[in-house]
Amino acid sequence: MTMMQRLSRVNAINWNRLQDDKDLEVWNRLTSNFWLPEKVPLSNDIQSWNTLTQQEKQLTIRVFTGLTLLDTIQSSVGAPVLMDDARTPHEEAVYTNIAFMESVHARSYSSIFSTLCATRDVDDAFRWSEENPTLQMKSELILKRYRSEDPLMRKVASVFLESFLFYSGFYLPMYWSSHAKLTNTADLIRLIIRDEAVHGYYVGYKFQQALAEETPERQQEVKDYAYELLLELYDNEVRYTESLYDEVGLSEDVKKFLHYNANKALMNLGFEPLFPSSVTDVDPTIMAALSPSADENHDFFSGSGSSYVIGKAVATEDDDWSF
Amino acid sequence: MQTAEVDTQLAGTLVYFSTKSGNTHRFIEKLGMRAQRLPLNREEPTPRVEQPYILVTPTYGGGSAHGAVPGQVIRFLNDTHNRHLLRGVIAAGNTNFGEAYGLAGRIIAQKCQVPLLYRFELFGTDEDVAKVRKGVEEFWKRQTQSLKT
Repeated sequence: MTMMQRLSRVNAINWNRLQDDKDLEVWNRLTSNFWLPEKVPLSNDIQSWNTLTQQEKQLTIRVFTGLTLLDTIQSSVGAPVLMDDARTPHEEAVYTNIAFMESVHARSYSSIFSTLCATRDVDDAFRWSEENPTLQMKSELILKRYRSEDPLMRKVASVFLESFLFYSGFYLPMYWSSHAKLTNTADLIRLIIRDEAVHGYYVGYKFQQALAEETPERQQEVKDYAYELLLELYDNEVRYTESLYDEVGLSEDVKKFLHYNANKALMNLGFEPLFPSSVTDVDPTIMAALSPSADENHDFFSGSGSSYVIGKAVATEDDDWSF
Repeated sequence: MQTAEVDTQLAGTLVYFSTKSGNTHRFIEKLGMRAQRLPLNREEPTPRVEQPYILVTPTYGGGSAHGAVPGQVIRFLNDTHNRHLLRGVIAAGNTNFGEAYGLAGRIIAQKCQVPLLYRFELFGTDEDVAKVRKGVEEFWKRQTQSLKT
């Protein structure tokens, strides 16, 4: 649908007549996940912030500035271009929510800065972000696809941003949290991480629907483009990661986190993961900071398996499941 | 337990739910094991199973326990007959949801007193598929043995 056609006529949106019930499911999920940074007691991190070295503070501010840029791109360019490609009015409405939440995310980093940091240090970091070649490159690689004529590649770029490019940044607050530092900031970042998962899932789902309607040749072409873009972004992410994390000795573990998330980004698009498990073995303390139960052994199969419970079931009703 | 009525020669089956995004369905396809899909459409009657099974389900939501288990799965398990034949649960999810990763699996495991066997993300990696395939086969072997003794 072109912009001209779209603007020539607007029909009132009827949420009781759905073409795709996934739209309502995701709308409900996003609206029930709504939050604002004011809800998180960031000032409780002031003491912790003051225990960081000047180098660690600079790294943290730079990482958050980089994340701010990505959220700004999603809010002002990414989500709006997807609106033009929407298959249903409800999908378009979901993108309005995504666009706004990305603004909330970008706003949140400034809340962290104003609570914890010196204004001059923050100004320095914003200047750094404008001049840093790898950060600017990631922005360019994505914006180029957003401005391309190919609606499928716009979705690919969006999913790679949501599900892959953020993670070189998300690593650091998870790292601090695993060392019992900046724990309230980490709580806020976890809210962002949760939102980005829904965004990547939903855009990926819409991508798969659109791709399924293409010819096998075109499908293969898009798939090739997608892997090509991922590798291009990956090479740049590795350089970005090294430029930030080498000095604190974390680059190698951050790269594992990149591999792990690149695989999930591909899966959101319906494509097979690229990186083998030998390079996705992120430090378990980082995984535990991300998902507190992730390090628990829920792999019953590799356990001894001798003590499992055989179903002693109790009566259940819908209400019991708080459904 | 109605163990005497269970044919010990029969390995159990898989029962799964998958939304339109089809991630869980794709995981089941990759497993290549016998499996029954619960209907997507809420209007359709919920099926009855006739042999022990492992349930594979995605997790809804992104945080709270409220609504984490898909309604179609609840409806299926509200049938006492179906619930008695449940032997274990495998949950799909996303670690981005933090505490709520694979929450539907934990809720069902607690509620029905069966083990949470495994969790995987999205449609699972090849490693997940290999682990679950092997794990499920051994699980049924052990179940059959424990019924014989």
